[in-house]
Amino acid sequence: MRKLSTALAATLALSLTGCGYNTFQTNDEQVKASWSEVLNQYQRRADLVPNLVSTVKGEAKFEQDTLTKVVEARAKATSIQATPELVNDPAAFQKFQQAQGQLTGALSRLMVVSENYPNLKANQGFRDLSAQLEGTENRITVARNRYIASVQAYNVTVRSFPSNLTAMAMGYKEKATFTVENEKEIARSPTVSFDAVPAKPAAPASGVAQ
Amino acid sequence: MIAGRSVKTFSLALLLVFALGWLTPATAQVPVPALTGHVIDQTGTLTAEQKATLEQTLAAFEAKKGSQLAVLMVASTAPEEIEQFALRVAEKWKLGRKRVDDGAIVVVAKNDRAVRIEVGYGLEGALTDITSKRIISETMLPQFRAQDYFGGIEAGLGQIIRVVDGEPLPAPNRARGEGAGNGVQQYAPMFFILAVAVGSVLRGVLGKVLGSVVTGGVVAVVAWFVVGAVAMAVGAGVVALLVTLLGGGMLGRGVGGYYGGMGGHGRGGGGGFSGGGGGFGGGGASGRW
Repeated sequence: MRKLSTALAATLALSLTGCGYNTFQTNDEQVKASWSEVLNQYQRRADLVPNLVSTVKGEAKFEQDTLTKVVEARAKATSIQATPELVNDPAAFQKFQQAQGQLTGALSRLMVVSENYPNLKANQGFRDLSAQLEGTENRITVARNRYIASVQAYNVTVRSFPSNLTAMAMGYKEKATFTVENEKEIARSPTVSFDAVPAKPAAPASGVAQ
Repeated sequence: MIAGRSVKTFSLALLLVFALGWLTPATAQVPVPALTGHVIDQTGTLTAEQKATLEQTLAAFEAKKGSQLAVLMVASTAPEEIEQFALRVAEKWKLGRKRVDDGAIVVVAKNDRAVRIEVGYGLEGALTDITSKRIISETMLPQFRAQDYFGGIEAGLGQIIRVVDGEPLPAPNRARGEGAGNGVQQYAPMFFILAVAVGSVLRGVLGKVLGSVVTGGVVAVVAWFVVGAVAMAVGAGVVALLVTLLGGGMLGRGVGGYYGGMGGHGRGGGGGFSGGGGGFGGGGASGRW
C-alpha cells in the first residue's frame, strides 16, 4: 500500500514536470515581455511623427501628398488599442500589423522624398529627427525579431508532444506572429516612392547634386 | 552485397549533400569574432601601435568608469546590413555590466564604407541616437573619407568616452560585485564560519540531530536577513544543517574544497577581457561614407 502511494506520488510529480506546464508559463511571460517591447518601440515612433511632420512642414514646397499619408497612417496606427491581449487574437493582430506597416511605408517614403530638399537636409532639427527615426526603426526591427523568436518557442511548445496535451487541457493556443506578407509590404514601399520621385519636376536636379 | 553497399554509400553521399545544403545559408553570414580585446581589427588597417593606443584608452576607461567599449573592424558584413551584424556582435559579446548594460561597440565595415555605434540599454540615455549620429557624421566620417581610419576611430571614441563619462553610472568595483555574485558568493564564507561555530556548540548541547536542525534554522534566518532572498536563505540553511550533521573530519575538507573553488572563480573573472553580460536593443546610429 505504501509502495503504491510512493509510486503514485512519483508518477504525479514526473507528469507535472513532463507536461510542460511550467514551460508554458515561462514562454508566455517571455512572449509578453517581448511584445511589450514591440509596442514600446512602435509608440516611440508614433511620438516622433508629429515633430517630424511639423519640421517638414517648415519646408514650404514639400509634397503635401506624402505628408498627408504619414499623418493619416499615424492616426490609423494609434487608433488601434495596442493591448497585450492582441497577441491572442489573430485578426486584431493582423490589423495592428497592417496599420504599423502602412506607417512604416509612409515614413520611409517621406524620408526618400526629403532627399530632394537640400534646405531640409541641411536643417539640424530635421537631421536629428531622422537620426531618431532611423534608430527607432532599427529598434522596432530588433524588437520584432525577438518577439518572433519568443513566439516560436511558445508555439513549438503548444504543438509538440506531450506538452500539446497540456495546451489542449488548458486552452493554450498558438500566438500570432509577424508574417512574411508584411515584410514584403515593407520591402516594396521604398521602390514605390523611388518611382514617385522623378514624377516631381524639380526633384531630380537636387537629387543628382547629392 | 556490393550493390547494397553502393546504395548505402550513395545515400550517405546524398545525406551529406543535403546536410551541406542546409549548412550553407548559416555559414554565409560573417561570423562574429571571438572577443580577444577591446580592439579587434580583421582588416589589418591599424598598426600594432595604433591598436595598443586604442586598447589602452579603452581599458583605462573601463577601469575608471566600468563601462565596456570596444572597436571591431571587418572588411564587409555582406549579406547582412551593418545594423544586423552589429547587433549579432553585441548579443554575442554582451559588453557592459550586467543590469547596468553600459556597453557600446563601434563597428567599421571598411569595404562597405559603413560604420555603426551600437549602444547598450544603459547608455541609450547618454549616447542617444542623435549624439551617436553626430559623432559619426561630424567626427568619424570626414576622417574615414580621407582614409584616416585610426584618426576617425580615435576621435570618435574620444567623444563617446566624454559622453559616457558625464553619465552617472554605478562605480566600477561595487557594481561588478553585485552583478557577479548575486550576494550569495560574497556572504558564503561567513555562513560557513557561522555554521561551524554555532553548530559545534549546539551539537554539544542539544545532540546531533536537533543541534543540526537548529543550526540550519539559525543560518537560514540570518541568511534571509542579509541576502534578502528566501531561496538562498533556505539553501544556506540546508547546507549548514548537512555540514553540522556530518560534522567532524568531513568538515575541514569540505570547507577547504569550497575555498579552493572560490579562489578559482575569482581568478577567471579578473583575467582577460570579456563581456559583463550587458544587454542591447538596437540603439545607436549608423553612417556611410
